[in-house]
Amino acid sequence: MNRCKLLLSAVVLLVTFPIFPQSGGTANAAKNNRQANRSGQQASHPSEGERVFQQNCSRCHNAPQGFPPQISATIARHMRVRASLSKKDEQALLRFLNP
Amino acid sequence: MRYQIKFKSTVRRSTLSLWILALSATFYMPCSFAQSVPLISGGVGFFTDTNGGNTTYYPAISPVLAAPVGPKFLLESRAFLDESFFPKPNSGYTSSSFVGLTYLQLDYLAASHVTVVGGYFLTPFGTYNERLSPIWISNFQSAPLITSLGTMGTESSLGGMLRGSAVSTPKFSIDYAAYFSARSSAEQFQAQRSAGGRMDIYFPQQRLELGTSYGRLLQGTHKNFEGLHVWWEPADTWFRLRSEYAHGPHSQGYWIEADYRLAHWGGPETLIGRIEPVFRMQQTFRNSPDSTDGLPSVDTQRADFGLDYRLPHEVRINTSYSRQFSGSGNRNVWETGIVYRFLFPVWKGKQ
Repeated sequence: MNRCKLLLSAVVLLVTFPIFPQSGGTANAAKNNRQANRSGQQASHPSEGERVFQQNCSRCHNAPQGFPPQISATIARHMRVRASLSKKDEQALLRFLNP
Repeated sequence: MRYQIKFKSTVRRSTLSLWILALSATFYMPCSFAQSVPLISGGVGFFTDTNGGNTTYYPAISPVLAAPVGPKFLLESRAFLDESFFPKPNSGYTSSSFVGLTYLQLDYLAASHVTVVGGYFLTPFGTYNERLSPIWISNFQSAPLITSLGTMGTESSLGGMLRGSAVSTPKFSIDYAAYFSARSSAEQFQAQRSAGGRMDIYFPQQRLELGTSYGRLLQGTHKNFEGLHVWWEPADTWFRLRSEYAHGPHSQGYWIEADYRLAHWGGPETLIGRIEPVFRMQQTFRNSPDSTDGLPSVDTQRADFGLDYRLPHEVRINTSYSRQFSGSGNRNVWETGIVYRFLFPVWKGKQ
């Protein structure tokens, strides 16, 4: 019985790994926007939003490789609470995530 | 000890129901604008832990829900579900399940620098509990030995919290969090009556953060806990140094963790650049016996050597070897795991 559970868990895991990247694949617009924003900024200096991202979000975790633009404000608000951002920093982060 | 060291009880089916209820409620919440669609994030993984020759296998999933409610509120929650397969005393394997809430809170963005939090939230003491405990973030599977000091053994609190950024300038910023928790023995919301908080200052040019934490247990024998943390990420490198110290009435300890992603060899997305060696040193010291503070009963030293590999598509492989020295015996701990981080909207929403 336990071996069956273990086998079942492994199968579920193997099946879900190929599925999840597809669900995240709708994020190409936001991802491309961020990449374009970054490459544009690197030539001069980082934007306020990128500064907020680097100083708060990326100190604990890597940036998501992509996400749909319709959740960018939710992410920014979530990070405002988690990383104790001010309202100004939240807005700058939102512009960076979804320029 | 796993990511969530408080997860040692039986299945909490009602917790799962609560989480599903919160998820269902998001369908009826008003969104302030098109980019505020509720999201589900989190991690799913498969882990092994070989401790003293016994190997435990546990697939786990830890979903996060974040749902804006109007322009000023945010409902957020994290849960943890796993199935552990561990050896029986004689032969063969047996298993146990767990479903539990890590936090379920409503945040009110009261002002630019003040957020009011109500509900069941992660206790703001030190850095590990709030920042590094998610399975898709932590470099090591096992939590630091001192995690329970200052977090009152439950790691979560039930009550209210004020938090925010007190000052934010280009040269430095100061963050704060202050909370009060009631005692709760409800299975889904276990908490101790306590109060405390954390304050830290960050210097962005030096990329240096210094912080201090305080917690006071307000039930039974009152106890004080103090903590310090230092984080440093030198600019233009892939090196990170994190450390934390915690002191309680009967014990104290620290951990120092350093990691370096080999991104200088062709960039972070190359075969070599995805490799991340990690090292953590920990020590705990026991002043007097206390079976409730969660630290080892004797002085303990532990060195963790990890090698993580960041695959494409948000998948990460974690491996580590640890050698633990203590008066009760030395032992080896081997851990491996593969974690996928997911992130998607609850519904499609408007583009």
